[in-house]
Amino acid sequence: MSALLEVSGVSKSFDGFKAINNLSFAIAERELRAIIGPNGAGKTTFMDIVTGKTRPDSGEVRWGENSRSLLRMSEAQIARAGIGRKFQRPTVFEDQSVEANLIMALKAPRGPFAVLRWRPSAGSRARVQDLAAEVGLAGQIRRKAGELSHGQKQWLEIGMLLAQEPRLLLVDEPAAGMTLAEREQTTTLLKRLAETRAVVVVEHDMEFVRRLNCKVTVLHQGSLLAEGSLDHVSANPDVIEVYLGR
Amino acid sequence: MRRIVFCLLLLIAGPASAQDLGAVLEVSRDQIAKPSRQTIGPVIDEIAASGAGAVTFLEAWGDRRLGLTAEGRFAIVDGEATIDAVTGARITEEVDLLRPNSGVRGLIAAALVPAQLADPDPVRRQAALDALGRDATPGHLPALRQALQDPDPGLAARKARLERLLTIRFDPDPAARVTAIDSFDGDDGTDVQAALSPLLATSRVAAASLPETANIAARLSPGSDDLSPDAAYRLLVDAGLARARLTEADQKSALAAHIEGDQVAGVPVADLADPAARDRAYAALAQAGTLAPAATAEEVEAALKAHVFADIYAEASPEVTDAARAALNDMAFRKRVQQGADLTLDALSLASIYFLAAIGLAITFGVMGVINMAHGEFIMMGAYTGYVVQTLVPGKTVSLIVALPAAFAVTFLAGVVLYLLVIRHLAKRPLETLLATFGVSIALQQMAKNIFGTQARPLTAPDWLGGAISWGEVVSISTIRVAILVLALLFLGLFLFITRRTRLGLNMRAVTQNPGMAASMGINPDRVAMMTFGLGSGIAGIAGVAIGLFAKVTSELGSDYIVQSFMTVVVGGVGNIWGTLAGAALIGGLQKGIEVLNPANTLAAQTWMILFIIVFIQFRPRGIFPTRGRFVEG
Amino acid sequence: MLIRKYPSVLIFLGILAAFTIAVTLMSQAYGTGAIPTSMVKTLGKTLCLALAALAMDLVWGYAGILSLGHMAFFALGGYMIGMWLMYARTGEIVAATLANAPIPPTPMELQQGITSQIFGVVGSSDLPLTWAFAGSLPMQLLLVLAVPGLFALVFGWLAFRSRVNGVYLSILTQAMTLALALWLFQNDSGFRGNNGLSGLQNIPGLGHVPQATLSVWFLWASALALGLAYLLASWLVAGKFGSVIRAIRDDEARVRFLGYSVEGYKLVIFTLTAMICAIAGALYYPQAGIINPAELAPIASIYLAVWVAIGGRGRLYGAVIGAVFVSLLSSWFTGGRAPDLNLGPFSVQWVNWWQVLLGLAFVCVTLFAPRGLSSVIDAITGLRHPNRRGQDLGPDLGALREQEAEA
Repeated sequence: MSALLEVSGVSKSFDGFKAINNLSFAIAERELRAIIGPNGAGKTTFMDIVTGKTRPDSGEVRWGENSRSLLRMSEAQIARAGIGRKFQRPTVFEDQSVEANLIMALKAPRGPFAVLRWRPSAGSRARVQDLAAEVGLAGQIRRKAGELSHGQKQWLEIGMLLAQEPRLLLVDEPAAGMTLAEREQTTTLLKRLAETRAVVVVEHDMEFVRRLNCKVTVLHQGSLLAEGSLDHVSANPDVIEVYLGR
Repeated sequence: MRRIVFCLLLLIAGPASAQDLGAVLEVSRDQIAKPSRQTIGPVIDEIAASGAGAVTFLEAWGDRRLGLTAEGRFAIVDGEATIDAVTGARITEEVDLLRPNSGVRGLIAAALVPAQLADPDPVRRQAALDALGRDATPGHLPALRQALQDPDPGLAARKARLERLLTIRFDPDPAARVTAIDSFDGDDGTDVQAALSPLLATSRVAAASLPETANIAARLSPGSDDLSPDAAYRLLVDAGLARARLTEADQKSALAAHIEGDQVAGVPVADLADPAARDRAYAALAQAGTLAPAATAEEVEAALKAHVFADIYAEASPEVTDAARAALNDMAFRKRVQQGADLTLDALSLASIYFLAAIGLAITFGVMGVINMAHGEFIMMGAYTGYVVQTLVPGKTVSLIVALPAAFAVTFLAGVVLYLLVIRHLAKRPLETLLATFGVSIALQQMAKNIFGTQARPLTAPDWLGGAISWGEVVSISTIRVAILVLALLFLGLFLFITRRTRLGLNMRAVTQNPGMAASMGINPDRVAMMTFGLGSGIAGIAGVAIGLFAKVTSELGSDYIVQSFMTVVVGGVGNIWGTLAGAALIGGLQKGIEVLNPANTLAAQTWMILFIIVFIQFRPRGIFPTRGRFVEG
Repeated sequence: MLIRKYPSVLIFLGILAAFTIAVTLMSQAYGTGAIPTSMVKTLGKTLCLALAALAMDLVWGYAGILSLGHMAFFALGGYMIGMWLMYARTGEIVAATLANAPIPPTPMELQQGITSQIFGVVGSSDLPLTWAFAGSLPMQLLLVLAVPGLFALVFGWLAFRSRVNGVYLSILTQAMTLALALWLFQNDSGFRGNNGLSGLQNIPGLGHVPQATLSVWFLWASALALGLAYLLASWLVAGKFGSVIRAIRDDEARVRFLGYSVEGYKLVIFTLTAMICAIAGALYYPQAGIINPAELAPIASIYLAVWVAIGGRGRLYGAVIGAVFVSLLSSWFTGGRAPDLNLGPFSVQWVNWWQVLLGLAFVCVTLFAPRGLSSVIDAITGLRHPNRRGQDLGPDLGALREQEAEA
């Protein structure tokens, strides 16, 4: 099984603080993976490095069949290569309609001149309708995203990620601030997404991770602490020490 | 004894065939009566060589005490008495005093030098040395060498120096001259320069071949940077080696003079807009013999090929010119080093002004992320406050001492008011703040114009700040600029003290780093921001007084400095006083540095400096000392 | 399609056409003469300023880049057309003078005559390399677009590539403007130093046409340019491209994660608006008659931002309203035609106090009416701003404020 994303020996420090320390990580296609770890374990920095927002001090990040290095690519190029990212706080374009948000996210040429020539087609309209329906915003398509409720914005952002059709989806704490029913819904969605693409969920809610029922990677102080099924890592004495205190 | 020495000296200095004074005067009476600087030289030399009475005669002539009687006898007027110049007999008749001009008197003084050099009176010896320094002839060198001994050590040293200088100029032996040149190593005196420079004088020559003996400075080929083909050909024409060329203007006027009907030599006038047609017409006229044929392009080329061109030293000895060139190069190098030092001072002073102007801006930008476009107007307000205080308080020193805190107070208040009325309501909207403060800026500028008028107001520095401090001839800095440098350093210290040692500084740093956390620790961010803004504005006011001391106080004073202040902050990096300092040093130094490369053009210096900054931002987008950390990414 | 979606475009074009026709009918050349030629010129120039403001609104109001350098492109456009106007016009004069000589002049002599006429004032007798195409109208027209366009492209590439944004970018554009102005101020840069280019109101080849007629022609050209640019701008912002640039304004990091190259979009909009400004400048300066480096002063570009802000940022008609309103009001006040305001012992002469009023009014607009004059139109059409409890519409510095948005 060849890896879709392979991170090897990556380190990054900010003003002497080692956020990521010689971290290696790999994920295969159509895999669901949870990354857990206490605050400051380097989860967000890890996502920043993969998406190109932060350049690591050392190490290598490789992507896809040809093992292209992501380190020399910009955020936009990485996104176009097929890595989508869902932020912790919902970030949608609040001044624009749900439809415009989704159209922007639709998989299509991204260059300025290609976008200038772009016209809505029957296909694109149908796709936007489908996506809106899938995330429960079919009735709100003309509304401005800024008027949506917090939960609806979360869903709109997920809809935009779906529209992007990424091969790897990085999801940052999806369960934060959600009701129980919404969590249930989110779990189902993530599991379904993982059937067609790789999904990495960063979370520190153990209950939520248990529900995902997938392989778990535990980070601590920027390094890999343990990896395996949730039951396996929960039994690891190091993990217990980190989570329960010494 | 004295007379004997004079005679001896005069014998050495003067020409070999010495004549009796009376005879000399007899022959040259008319020339002495109406001397001209160009022709009188030999006569003076003859007189000087004529022995007894010559010195007295020359001194009287130079002092305008020499006269002519009606029958043509020379008479010397000495106080009440008048005596015959040759015989020494008393004269009672009317004497017509001669009035030699200053040029002639200079020659006379030079002729007297040898005698005066040995005069027992040190004042006279000194005067003789001065005269010799100004105007020496080859003959003076042996005279001076004879008189090198001097009881006064100062004069002895001067004589020795002058002897070496004259050796450079007049000694027949090249080796001695080279030794003398080398002996001045490290000496930048203007007298040395004056002795050396003429040795390197060249003349440009064109000839079929250069003489073997010529001391060639440089061979030139026509068409090189030093010698254009046109200039080379002109040399040939001037030397009579080639025929003059026809200029376009000459051709045109020649053709115009030969218009017959609507044709010139068979070529229609209307066609003459074409240069080729003009050439045809001229050639036809030349063939007909109406006009002199002109040198053709081929002729010119052949002539240029057939001749050599060179710059030739007037000085024959290559050793001497080489030594002189080396010495002058060394001198020029040392001068450049001094200019470099002077430039560093200039740059330092400019940097301190930018630092003063920018520090307030850096505080507000660093702590609050706010660009205050009215900052320049706060500088202006400070300067006008200084002006108003000076009109109210007598005494320049006292008024300056009052003006500094007054300017701080006025602009501090203005800053606080601006904060409370505008900036507080635009929190987290720096672009809108920029525009709103621009609105304030144009309003303030116009108000200043309405109140104080458009003409510049004086803000005079006290006398003790009026002078300049200088080292050597080149390096100097005006006292005001030193004071501003000191003021800038004081503010650096004050700022460091405030941020590191006071409550406000602690609060400021807390609010900068994490406003939310600071607020939850009981710090009122609003109040801290207000104080910070006031502080930054107050410093702008003081900078205004400082700038007003050397620049004109007008309503545009602030806007002259505002862009440079922005640059300083941007280049230095936000939120770091050392960054501001480095930014100011960089910008000040750069501006002065570029001015040196193109001294006539300060505008170009500023243009290049800004371009440099734009490129600099490419490589250090966050300035020299960027604020770092996880939370400022992006 | 566009007009169906945005009826305001049609309304705008209608008003512009009505205005142009009305001015034509009242001009001295084609109508009653109720409007003097100088006023026609002022109105024509105002349309050009509105065109520049439209470009500024695209770059700032829509893409969130507060450029303080767009008036530099405006002036560059003016310089490019001014070179041809001055060269060709001087050529006509020199040819007329030399025609009296017994021998007709060679092309070389003609050029020397022109050069000494134009550059004698800065003590130069050579034609600078930059004037190589000055004799050719098509080339200079091309340069009107190419020079500011290339300039904006290079500067924008440098600035956006290194992710300079927010206040830094504004200061950098201001520095660029200042550098350009200082360069043009030099005598040896080949643009006649602080003398600038003059006599631009005389159009070569049209010496027989009176200024009254020319002024109307330029009014038409300015109105046409404004109308076309308005259509272009509406088309740009209405589609997906507009969507993307507005998204960049509000949250550019998010746009990057969607796979759009933010720098590329910024560069396109920066360069395009620079070229629109250049066209505006090329139409403005033949009406103004003279251009000099003072026109590039950084303050001019800030005024451009002020017009857009007063008119209402992020809506195209706002920019036009702002530019027209402020520049006409400004010329009314500074022209000495406004009556003095008597405040008992103190009388306010507007020539002196207008700038103060403008500055303070602008502060008030920024503070209390971020939508500026567009608020009036919003009130008429019943548009409200959303209630977001003071939240901006995005995390970026250029993002719309609550009161600027439409609900």
